[in-house]
Amino acid sequence: MPLAALAQNEARTAEAAEAPVVPDTTGVRAFLMSRGSGSVADSVFGVLMLVGALSLFVIVALIVWMLVHNSQLSIHAFGMRFFRSTNWDPVNGDFGALPFIYGTIVSSLLALVIAVPLSLAVAIFVLEICPIPLRGAISFLTELLAAIPSIVYGLWAVFVLVPLVRDKFGPILEKLLGWTGLFVEPNFGVGVFTAALILAVMIFPVISSISRDVMRAVPNHQREAALALGSTRWEMIRMGVLRNARIGIIGAIILGLGRALGETMAVTMVIGNHPDISKNLFNPAYTLSSVIANEFSEATGDLYLSALIEIGLALFLVTIVVNAVARLLVWVVTRGNTAKAV
Amino acid sequence: MGVNIQVEHVNAWYGTTHTLKDVSLKIPANKATALIGPSGCGKSTFVRCLNRMHETTPGARVEGTIQMGDVDIYKAASPVEIRRRVGMVFQRPNPFPTMSIYDNVASGLRLNGFRKRSVLDEVVERSLKQAALWNEVKDDLRKKSGSSLSGGQQQRLCIARALAVDPEVLLMDEPASALDPVSTSKIEDLIFDLKRDYTIVIVTHNMQQAARVAEQTGFFLSGVMVEFDATEKIFTNPSDKRTEDYITGRFG
Repeated sequence: MPLAALAQNEARTAEAAEAPVVPDTTGVRAFLMSRGSGSVADSVFGVLMLVGALSLFVIVALIVWMLVHNSQLSIHAFGMRFFRSTNWDPVNGDFGALPFIYGTIVSSLLALVIAVPLSLAVAIFVLEICPIPLRGAISFLTELLAAIPSIVYGLWAVFVLVPLVRDKFGPILEKLLGWTGLFVEPNFGVGVFTAALILAVMIFPVISSISRDVMRAVPNHQREAALALGSTRWEMIRMGVLRNARIGIIGAIILGLGRALGETMAVTMVIGNHPDISKNLFNPAYTLSSVIANEFSEATGDLYLSALIEIGLALFLVTIVVNAVARLLVWVVTRGNTAKAV
Repeated sequence: MGVNIQVEHVNAWYGTTHTLKDVSLKIPANKATALIGPSGCGKSTFVRCLNRMHETTPGARVEGTIQMGDVDIYKAASPVEIRRRVGMVFQRPNPFPTMSIYDNVASGLRLNGFRKRSVLDEVVERSLKQAALWNEVKDDLRKKSGSSLSGGQQQRLCIARALAVDPEVLLMDEPASALDPVSTSKIEDLIFDLKRDYTIVIVTHNMQQAARVAEQTGFFLSGVMVEFDATEKIFTNPSDKRTEDYITGRFG
């Protein structure tokens, strides 16, 4: 049998070899030959891309320079004490950023604690469990949440979330978790907890849709490998999907955290705007971005303005440090083994 | 030890496409059974029915009875229970890329809550030896990830992973079609050794491979099992004209 097939193949090749050379009647060959090497276009393209990439460094450097340059007055007046002091007293010209740093980090981390389980649950549901007709609708709604301007979230938070936290969630949380000292009355509805809630709603679509895309990219044969070993659906998701997508999921969480750290408008409207460091999450607090937004237009005096710009510098540093820590976490989780599913 | 599999009037669908039409056959224990046929003939669908993987595809459906040992796998057990008893090796090697070689092999046992370290060590070593991979990987069991191995090694790792849970049946869906000739012959030698302890069902495009490893061969054509007989009979003196046409290379 194979011999016959081989003979047939040979006959076909021989036929091809004997075929007459086709003259270039359509001019296709001449056209292609006349196009040249294209090396000029290639190098122009290369330079353009290089300029684009380098401009990234330039922009970051300019931002840092601007922040440092414009906050010289405050840097010289307070030095490192600026980041340790809890006193923010524009009247007497004494400025410390610690309450704002604390408010920013605590509200963002609390938002992550609330948003991450929810986002992953929705992503897993949409991909692995949800009936196909419903998939599009849920994905669409998730993405729609990302498109709502933050001022609208702020308004919603003021009129819906604040009363809800004050009258409904608050008493329950105090009853259940009051002993931890994290939820202690008086609760006016505005405070770190409400800010974290609205932040959680705002970063949920980012984390959910990115981790959904990452999980979708996990090849199906990984799911089948887990199923064939006798895993239940949840075990299959854990072993065949989440494990392979973990780097991408952590990336999604870092992006969400970035958004939470910098979010200004909605947080300003519900966090209470009081520079205070307290364990109690019902307490009003203040974030770095909120204080800039609130006080920039009324900053009288060069030192006041300079201190606000140094607050901006602090926000920049906090973002960098948090991102670095997150990356370190990725490295530790994967123990340097960043292999991805192929 | 392997078990007999009795398949009766099995039909399978993907959505409205009827991919498997009234298939009945008896797969004997501790032998290798090969399934051949052109692409899209339903042979892969058939093995996926044997461990209830077929139904994991959205819109897929199975009817008929499959008796594995004394268990009716579609009536008397859950898919998860069946898949614990039936190992499967896929066409493309699919080790878990984020797990070490050791963890890959141990994954089936750990999944079922088995944690005893000394026994795990023993099972991992036995399975890797059975899959003829032990000597190549024993020095970096925990250092290397499953995806760092070559294609042929990855496929043997997948075989070891399937064997670690000590299944009664081993399903192989074109296990060597993505591999080079050297790796292919290693896998074939392996099948030869493994059939002493397991019931093996192997789907293959390669008829020589079927002839080399299997005692019985089934020929599938557009969802119908045309002929099922001793391998020698199928390849030398088939009773159906379509089988003869296929094995002599007149189509497919």
